[in-house]
Amino acid sequence: MKAELNEQALLKGLAQNDSRAVEALYKSHFSMIQHFVTNNNGSFDDARDIFQEAMITLYEKVQLDNFGLTCQIKTYLFSICKNLWLKRLQQMGKYSAPLSAQEETISVEEDLDRFEKKDAAFAIMDRVLNSLGEPCKSLLEGYYLNKKGMQELASQFGYTNADNAKNQKYKCLMRLKKLFFAQYNIGE
Amino acid sequence: MEDIQLQEAIERYLTDDMSVEERTQFEAIRKTKPGIDQMVIEHAMFLREMELYVNRTNFSALNKQVFNQLLDAGTWAPAAEQSTSFKVIQLWSKYKKVTAIAASVGGFIALFTSAMVLFFFPSINGNQILELSKAVEKIEQNQKVQGHILNEVKTKVPENSKLISGGSGFLIDTKGFVITNAHVLKGEGAIVVNSLGQEFKATIVYSNKNSDLALLKIEDEDYKQAKALPFTIRKKSSDLGEDIFTLGFPRNDNDIVYGRGYLSAQTGFNGDSNTYQIQISANPGYSGAPVFNDKNELIGIMSSRQKQAEGVAFAIKSDKLFDLVDILEANELTKDLNVKLNKQKVKGSKNRKAQINNFKNYIYSVRAFD
Repeated sequence: MKAELNEQALLKGLAQNDSRAVEALYKSHFSMIQHFVTNNNGSFDDARDIFQEAMITLYEKVQLDNFGLTCQIKTYLFSICKNLWLKRLQQMGKYSAPLSAQEETISVEEDLDRFEKKDAAFAIMDRVLNSLGEPCKSLLEGYYLNKKGMQELASQFGYTNADNAKNQKYKCLMRLKKLFFAQYNIGE
Repeated sequence: MEDIQLQEAIERYLTDDMSVEERTQFEAIRKTKPGIDQMVIEHAMFLREMELYVNRTNFSALNKQVFNQLLDAGTWAPAAEQSTSFKVIQLWSKYKKVTAIAASVGGFIALFTSAMVLFFFPSINGNQILELSKAVEKIEQNQKVQGHILNEVKTKVPENSKLISGGSGFLIDTKGFVITNAHVLKGEGAIVVNSLGQEFKATIVYSNKNSDLALLKIEDEDYKQAKALPFTIRKKSSDLGEDIFTLGFPRNDNDIVYGRGYLSAQTGFNGDSNTYQIQISANPGYSGAPVFNDKNELIGIMSSRQKQAEGVAFAIKSDKLFDLVDILEANELTKDLNVKLNKQKVKGSKNRKAQINNFKNYIYSVRAFD
């Protein structure tokens, strides 16, 4: 019972970007993934990347309205990692026999699909933001990513007033949206 | 000015930054003006993706930070690494030569590309036109589906490399020179696959992002030099309304696909005089596919299509191939390749089925790996 409560608290912390929750999850579960990946043709860095992707999958899952985890966090993370690593091996043309693992797993197809779909949109946004050039990139990142106000952005970028910054942000935003939707529709 | 106010209002509406009164007013406008409603929906979608991007970026950064702190504190030892690094060294010595060649080819292409910028000015507008190369995911999917088959026949993609893009290509010289689009070759190297599914190793001889043309040379002992090309490469420009067809590999199962259409304008996107506009249903994967007329002449190379207009595609004019050969000949490093374009009229059949049958052995699926 206590363990269950603890898991709930961890998930709640995770949903709120609490670094203590993230740290606790790394401390309790990363070595399991490290072990699994390095025993199956992978490196320490591979394990780090795979684990981070699994963390993102879990993080995005806890944000869902109807969120519910039907198993232990450990089982969930391991299932995601195993699937992701299997895929990676196949892509590298390395996959041979079923992977060696003693841990129990659950079916996570749906979550992986969701992750991949979001990953595609994420990659587009990342690409188009980086193709914008300055000052648009920093201006939009300042506004959307770092949640800075127009006044603050105006002084940071040397605009005489907030209205000028707003104007510039508008132009940049229109460019970004145009680029984004040009690529975004392809995936549909 | 009005646009910016409208955009601002939409953003405030979507981020719940409006007074009740203002909100009611805005909703009323939204109901009566479908154009505005559409903008709201689109912006909501954009903000959702932006939020995902922001959240993921921040969360990834948090993960990296936590991980590095724990790593510095000695929580995990990347000790089991010995065997892995040993493997890496082995691989390195095995592929040292290949890497060196790849690096020199890469350097050469870089030099070349910058030199060629002077020759080819128009750049492609990524906004409104779509390159026709197949996306990564699609190919990966293919790999997944055919994973075991590929393993069985032993793919010629080097171990440790992963396919990242693909398209079509065709022989312009039976010595093994294959033309494709530069944007198809996203990675370090490529293989080509013929219509029978046979793979051949190829090296990238030339690639120019501005003209969007690239030249591969098949270098594989399994490659048997084909008989003379069954088509001519047309130097003069083609006529409006001319019947055209293409053969390429837009699908993942490596079946060759035929498409027909007509030449609809002498210039391409935004009046680009290096390309034709053609009316044909073009799918991703057609990039680099040849465009023929019914006189056994190659008139163009498929390269992109317009996003909004279905069936509108662009093909690089075939006379650009002559420019490409001139460039190769003018360069110390490539003049010995001796690429020859077929200018002799080919009498062959004008029957479409016979033409396809003749041509298909000269057309390849191109797969680039990193």
